[in-house]
Amino acid sequence: MKLKLKLTSIVLGAVMATGPALADLVLPMLSYRTGAYAVNGIPFADGYNDYLTLMNERDGGVGGVKIDIRECETGYNTEKGVECYESLKGTGALIFAPLSTGITYQLIPKATVDGTNIHSMGYGRTSAKNGKVFRNVFNYPANYWDGASIAVKHIMDQEGGDLKGKKITLLYHNSGYGKEPIRTLQELAKKHGFEYKGIAVDHPGQEQKSQWLQIRQQRPDYVLMWGWGVMNQVAIQEAANVRFPMDKFIGIWWSASENDTVPAGAGAHGYKGLALHGSGTDYPLYADMQKYVVDAGLAAGAGDQVGTVLYSRGMYNAFLSVEAIKTAQKLAGVGDVNAAQVRDGMEALNITEETMAAAGLPGFAPPFSVSCENHGGPGLGMVSQWDAEAQKWSLITGLIASDMDVIQPLIDADSAAFAAEAGITPGCG
Amino acid sequence: MLYREAGDYSTSYPEDSQTFPIKFDRYRYYVILAVAFLVIPFFINDYWANAVLVPFLIYSIAAIGLNILTGYCGQVSLGTGGFMAVGAYACYKLMTSFPEISIMIHILLAGGVTAAVVTLFGLPSLRIKGFYLAVSTLAAQFFLVWMFNKVPWFYNYSMTGMIGSPERTVLGIVVTGPATDAWAKYMICLIFVTLCAVLARNMTRGSVGRKWMAIRDMDIAAEIIGVNPLMAKLSAFAVSGFFIGIAGALFFSVYLGAIEVTEAFGIEKSFLVLFMVIIGGLGSIFGSFAGAAFMVLLPVLLKNLLVGGLDWPTDLAQHLYFIIAGGLIIIFLILEPHGLAQLWRVAKEKLRLWPFPH
Amino acid sequence: MPDQVLFAAEVMLNGLMAGVLYSLVALGFVLIFKASGIFNYAQGVMALFAALTLVGIMDGQVPFSHLINAIFGTNIHHFGWHTPALLAIILTIMVMVLFAWLVQRFIFRHLVNQEPIILFMATIGLAYFLEGVGDLMWGSDIKKLDVGIPKGMNETIESITHGAFGYGFFIDNLDIFATFVAVILVAILVCFSQYTKQGRALRAVADDHQAALSVGISLSYIWILVWSIAGFVALVAGTIWGAKSGVQFSLSLIALKALPVLMLGGFTSIPGAIIGGLIIGVGEKLFEFLVGPWIGGATENWFAYVLALLFLVFRPQGLFGEKIIERV
Repeated sequence: MKLKLKLTSIVLGAVMATGPALADLVLPMLSYRTGAYAVNGIPFADGYNDYLTLMNERDGGVGGVKIDIRECETGYNTEKGVECYESLKGTGALIFAPLSTGITYQLIPKATVDGTNIHSMGYGRTSAKNGKVFRNVFNYPANYWDGASIAVKHIMDQEGGDLKGKKITLLYHNSGYGKEPIRTLQELAKKHGFEYKGIAVDHPGQEQKSQWLQIRQQRPDYVLMWGWGVMNQVAIQEAANVRFPMDKFIGIWWSASENDTVPAGAGAHGYKGLALHGSGTDYPLYADMQKYVVDAGLAAGAGDQVGTVLYSRGMYNAFLSVEAIKTAQKLAGVGDVNAAQVRDGMEALNITEETMAAAGLPGFAPPFSVSCENHGGPGLGMVSQWDAEAQKWSLITGLIASDMDVIQPLIDADSAAFAAEAGITPGCG
Repeated sequence: MLYREAGDYSTSYPEDSQTFPIKFDRYRYYVILAVAFLVIPFFINDYWANAVLVPFLIYSIAAIGLNILTGYCGQVSLGTGGFMAVGAYACYKLMTSFPEISIMIHILLAGGVTAAVVTLFGLPSLRIKGFYLAVSTLAAQFFLVWMFNKVPWFYNYSMTGMIGSPERTVLGIVVTGPATDAWAKYMICLIFVTLCAVLARNMTRGSVGRKWMAIRDMDIAAEIIGVNPLMAKLSAFAVSGFFIGIAGALFFSVYLGAIEVTEAFGIEKSFLVLFMVIIGGLGSIFGSFAGAAFMVLLPVLLKNLLVGGLDWPTDLAQHLYFIIAGGLIIIFLILEPHGLAQLWRVAKEKLRLWPFPH
Repeated sequence: MPDQVLFAAEVMLNGLMAGVLYSLVALGFVLIFKASGIFNYAQGVMALFAALTLVGIMDGQVPFSHLINAIFGTNIHHFGWHTPALLAIILTIMVMVLFAWLVQRFIFRHLVNQEPIILFMATIGLAYFLEGVGDLMWGSDIKKLDVGIPKGMNETIESITHGAFGYGFFIDNLDIFATFVAVILVAILVCFSQYTKQGRALRAVADDHQAALSVGISLSYIWILVWSIAGFVALVAGTIWGAKSGVQFSLSLIALKALPVLMLGGFTSIPGAIIGGLIIGVGEKLFEFLVGPWIGGATENWFAYVLALLFLVFRPQGLFGEKIIERV
C-alpha cells in the first residue's frame, strides 16, 4: 500500500509541478459549480470571475499588476474546501472567499495562524465583525444578524411601527447557516413584543409539506426564510400553493435570486428578499463587461447569468476584493502586494459614492468603511421584490440599518468566547 | 525470484502463525513502518498532511472498522457517517468537559462511547438481514445526525451548532487546533492507525474473527456449530464502532478542527467508507488501506491533473471526476469483485514464481 | 370539531399524497429488484437524468455543450428550437431504453452471479457515473420543467371541506395528479405483467432465473426490458418531482425518501411499495405534526426510517415481501 502511495506521489508531484507558477496578484475562488448547491454557486462564481477578467482585460489588472484567478471546486464540501485552501495558501493567495458557512468556520482559526485573509461577504461567522479578535477575517458589508434585524425593521415599517402580538415565523435550513439568525430574532422578539417561532427544514428540503401545513394552520403574520439550494424553490412553490401572502414572505439575500423564484412561475409574484446591492444590467459597467468579457468570449461558465442577483453578488465581492487591493497598494506604495498588506488594505477600505461611480456601478451598493473595531461594515440592507411578469427583482426600499443595540452585545459575547477558546488577546494593530 | 520463500523455515508454532510468515513480507512491513514513522514526518508539509495523508490515515481506521462489520461479519452498514459523528461529538464533549485529561485518552474513550452506541443500533441485526439491515442502519445515520444537530447540549449551546476543537497537547506538542504542525497531525493519526491495524489484524485471525467469519458465511450453520450469534454479531458491531469512533474523533479534532454535523457526517460519508471497503477488498485489513488510499487520492489526483495540468474549467473536472470515479468503481467490480486486496494477492502469487512461471 | 383534529386530518391527507410520491420512486426499485435481484441505488439519479433529458430536449439544448465549448473554443448552447412536450417525452423514453441497453450490455452482463452487495455497489458506481454524465450533458444549473402538470391548491376540496367543517383542507393539485398517474402506472404494470407474453416472462425470471432460462426466456432481453420500464418510472417520478422544485441535482436525493418505503413494503412487492409509501407518508407527517414541535422539528428524514425499522423487527421481510426461508 505504501509502495503504491509512493508511486502515486511521484506522479502527483510531477503533475502538481506543472501548474502555472507566475503569480502576480493571486485571488482564489472557492466555488461550487457541482453538487446540491450548484444552482446558487454557478452565478456567483461567474460574476466573481467575470469582474476580475474585466479588470485584467480592460485595466491590465489592478494598479498595473495582473490578477491570477485560481478557481477551485469545493462542491460545498468542507473537506474539498480544506484541500483547496491548503493547495492555494502557498501561492501567495491574497483573499479567500470560501462561499460556504461550513468552510468559513473551518478556515477562520487557520487564517489567523497562517496569516491569510478571509472575506465572507454576507455569510460566515457573524461575530467576525469584531476585528479585534478576528484580525484576518472580514465579513463586510453585512451579516446574518444584520439581515434578521433588517427584515424585522422592514416588517415594522409595514405594520406601522408596532409588532406587539404579531407572529413571525422563521423557516430555516437545518444547518449552521440556517440557525444563525435564531438568537437575534429571539432577542428582537423580546424587544418588540412579537411572537417568534422557528421551523426547521432538513437538507435538502425537497419535501416541505408538513412545514407549510404548520404555517397554514398557525397563520403567522410574516414568514422569514433562511434557505439554500432546492429548499428555496420548494418553499416558494409551497407558499404559493397554500396561498400565503407573498409580500409577507421575506427571504435572506441567499434566498432571493431568480433561480429561486422562476420555477414557481406566477405564484412567486410579490415574494420579497433582502438585498445587499442592486441587480440587473442597468449599470455603466456592463457596457465594458459586454465589450471586454462577453463579446471577447472570455465569460466564465455558460455566460448566461450576467445581471442576475447572484451574479451581481459575485461581481460585488470581486469589486470589493479589487478595491481592497487598490487600498493596500496605496498604503504599501508597491503594486505587487502580499497578503499581510492586503489585510491592512481591507481594514482601511473606504467605499464612497465616488468609488462606486468610478467603477461603473453608481448606486449599486451603499458606501461604507471598515476599521479594526468593525470588520463587518455598516450592516445596511435593502428589500427587493420579485415581479413574476417582468421576471426581475426590483428594490422597493431605501437602505435599512440594522439594530446594533441588539446585535452588538451578541457579537461581543460570541467573539469573546472565541477569543477565550483560541487564546487570543483582543486588540488592534 | 523477488518474492522468495525458499529457505524460510519455521521451527515453532508461533513462528508459523505470525502475521507475516514470509521473511520478505516481514521486512517489507518493517521498512514501511520505518519510513512512515521516521522519514515522512521530516518531509511532510501542510498540503500533503491536510489534503492527502491525514484524511487517508483517518479513513483507513474507519474502513478497518467497517470492514470488520461488513467484510468479516457480513453485516452491511450504511450508518458509518452517523457513527463517526458519535465519535466526534463524544470527543468534543470530553475535550471541553475535562480539559486536563490527555487527548489520547479522550479519543480512546470516544471510541468506547461509539462502540456502545453502535452495539445498540446493532441489536436489530439479530432479526433483520441483508439489504433490510443495510437500509435500517440508515435509521441510525439520520437519527444520530438529527440529534447532534438538534440537542444543544452536544454542541455546548453554541449559536450555530458548530463545534470547534480547542488546542490540546501531547507531551508538550500541539496536536489539535489551528497551530498544529503538519507532522504532529500526521504522527498522532499514524500512531492510532498502527494501533488499530495491529489490533484488528490480531482480532480477525483469532477466535473472535473466526466466529465473525462463520456468521458471515452462513449464520444458521455457525449457530449449529456453537457460535453464539448474539455475541458474535454484537461484538462485531462493538469493535467496528470502536474503530469508527476513533476515526470520527480524529476526523473532528485533528483533521478538520471545526465541524457541522449535517455536512461532515452525512450519508455521503457512509457511502464513501463503504466504497473504500468494497474497492479495497472485503475481509482484508490491507484492503481497507488500499481502498482508503484509492478514494482519497483519486479526486486529488484528477483535480491536479485536469485543472492544474490541463487547465480545464473546474466544474468540467468535477463532472469528469464523477464519471471517472463511477466508471472505475464499475470496472473494478467487473474485473475484480474482491477488490484491490485480491489483486495484490494475485500479484504476490505471480511474484513468488517470477521469472520462472512453471 | 376542534381545530387540532381538523389540522391532523389535513396533515394525514397530505401525508397520503406525499406517500404516493414516495411510492412512485420506490416502484422503480421494486421492479429491478424483483427481476434481477439488483438493489438499484441509481434509481434516484435515473429520475434526475430522465428529467434533465426531458427538459433539455424540450428546450433544444445542445448536449455536452459545455465540454464541446471547452475543447473547441466554440460558443454553442442551444439549437434554437423547442420540442413539443409529447415528442420530448417519447424521445426521452428512447434515451432511457438506450440507457437500459448500455447498462445491461456493459455492466450487469459482466456481473452475473455476483453477490448482491457487489451488484449494489455497482449501481452506486453507476449513480456516480450517471450524475456526472447528466451534469456534463445538460449543465448543472436549475431548469424549469413545464409539461402542463397542474399546481396549486385544489379549490373544490377547499370549498367543500370549508362548507362541511368550517376549515378548508389544503390539497395540492400536483399531488392529486400524481395520484392519478400512480394509479394508472400501477394498473398498466399489473396488466403488463399479467396479460402480456413479456410480462409473464418477467414474472418467470423473477421466480427463478435458471428455470426461466431453461424454458427459453432470454435473460438479457428481460433485464433490458425491466431496466427500460424502471427508466420510464424514473421519468414519471422525475417529471412530477421536477415540476415541484425545478430540475436540479437535488432531485437525485429523492431515492433516500424511497428507501424506507422499500424496507417497509418489502423489496419484492409492487403493492408493498404503494402501501409502504402511504404508511410512511402519513406516519412521518403526523409525527412531525404531533411530536415535531416538541423536539425541534425536521424529524421526517429519520422518522421514516425508524418507523420502517419498527415494522421490520416484527416482519423482517417487510409487509409484503416474500418470506425469507433459510436453509443450511
